[in-house]
Amino acid sequence: MAKKNRNVGIIGIGQTEYSSHKEHQNQAEMVNEAVRYALEDANITLDDIDCVVHGNMELFEMVFQPDMWHSLGSGAYGKDQFRITTGGTTGASLVCAADNLVASGMYDVVMAIGMEKLQEGHTTGGITNMADPLWFRHLQTGALTATTATMMMEEFGEERAKKAAMKYRILMDKHACLNPRAHRRFGLEYDQADDLMNTSPQLVGELRLIHMCSQSDGACVMILASEKKAKKMCKTPVWIRDHITVHREETFNNFGIEMPEMTHHYAARKLFERNGIKDPVEYFDVFEMYDPSAWWGLDWAREFLLLKDDEHIKLLEDGEFDLDGKLPINPSGGVTASNPIGATAMLRPAEAAMQLRGDAGPQQIKKKVKHALASGFGGTLWSVLMMLEKDLDWQEVENG
Amino acid sequence: MEISYEDKKDCKVMTGKMALPNHYFAGRLGSKFIIALRDENKILGVKCEKCDKVFVPPREYCERCMSKLDECWVELSNEGVITNYTVVNYNDKHLPRRAPYILALIKVDGADTPFPHIVEGIDVEDVEVGMKVKAVFAEETTNTIRDLDHFEPV
Repeated sequence: MAKKNRNVGIIGIGQTEYSSHKEHQNQAEMVNEAVRYALEDANITLDDIDCVVHGNMELFEMVFQPDMWHSLGSGAYGKDQFRITTGGTTGASLVCAADNLVASGMYDVVMAIGMEKLQEGHTTGGITNMADPLWFRHLQTGALTATTATMMMEEFGEERAKKAAMKYRILMDKHACLNPRAHRRFGLEYDQADDLMNTSPQLVGELRLIHMCSQSDGACVMILASEKKAKKMCKTPVWIRDHITVHREETFNNFGIEMPEMTHHYAARKLFERNGIKDPVEYFDVFEMYDPSAWWGLDWAREFLLLKDDEHIKLLEDGEFDLDGKLPINPSGGVTASNPIGATAMLRPAEAAMQLRGDAGPQQIKKKVKHALASGFGGTLWSVLMMLEKDLDWQEVENG
Repeated sequence: MEISYEDKKDCKVMTGKMALPNHYFAGRLGSKFIIALRDENKILGVKCEKCDKVFVPPREYCERCMSKLDECWVELSNEGVITNYTVVNYNDKHLPRRAPYILALIKVDGADTPFPHIVEGIDVEDVEVGMKVKAVFAEETTNTIRDLDHFEPV
């Protein structure tokens, strides 16, 4: 890992509300809403922005070159602009790219825009085109899979696994109910778990409708600035300490029955190693995770936090992922609550940064938040993992 | 290593057709524009007072100064001038007319921005920049910009 050329701070965050559809706005107008909130939040104007990075899912709204189209609302007129589209990880890739652009010295202030209007397109139609036309396109089921549910039931027993996945789902809903911008806020209670386990429609295997993420419309904008500018422009910049992106091939080649190291685990192991993080559960105060389903959310907590055996399930059962737990996961409600895909992976560092600033709103964690972790997910288990810090006081790791 | 480009025996090609059904939510401004065009045969724009510019089609915010424009409606003339044009000389299923036909940028009186539309009622050889044209509205509505069927010389 090359040392960063200069530090980069998050100085502005803007989000629309998330909902299943937004008839009152076209795409550029929706983007503009989030841009205005971010500029207001940073207390700057478009004149201060040097460069714009824009992203959403390819083909989802059937708009070619949406970055150009949305410039009516993005404020990119007359500025350098790049489009980034890396599937589900798009939002996180946008923040990584903006960080790289500022850290490199190319630009002092970069605005990253993630957006999606899923109601306008056909998500599974778009995703299905990711699969190889010869081997898989005629067989695959879009983003829906029950592999993790099956594996967890095998490992922990059907009853405990199903209960844990449902507890995770209800916990996410409880967090979402606090977040005024969240799309789905059902008001679920833990005593409904047994009912939901049996009555929620099955999608694939034990993946049920209630476990799965929403399809949302919305946009998120983050403004990043160099250390010097961030300190000058912003009272509470949040610092991007490090991030890692791990991709893998589109097909899963499992040799024999031995599972390869999961991308999430690989990302976490490498990132923590080079930053000297020995115990992520101890170190981090909040984790905003891209959790496309309750099964994945729970299983991935083990991978990202480098936990062993059933440690992740125990943490959940003991309430340690709750808002007042040891390591709160997704105070925002996460992806099962709100999923405007091109923005979803940006909501993770955005919400994590708001927790660090202490102004996340009703979902603010009560205890002190100093270190945050945020993840993005896309494609066939592509992984982005980012560390955010409240203070510029971390120790560089030698040869890290 | 030698690669033969001639031997294509048994090289399979998969033929596909991507289905990408979609909607487009026009938003409040876009909807009001189309409704005025459809029901009253009127062309509406919005004015940015700060930049002193009238935009058509309308937009919620001025993309230069970010002023909010959604209440700044102005009714424009159904007549205007051709600011540029081209002649479409090929035929395809997605095209709105049989070739050859004129596709022009028309700045209606009162607007600062031109928008594209079809010009008819004139030989493709006789069209020129600066020519005055007027809107001809469709007899049957499609709830689209094609409710304005075409422009023709005044």
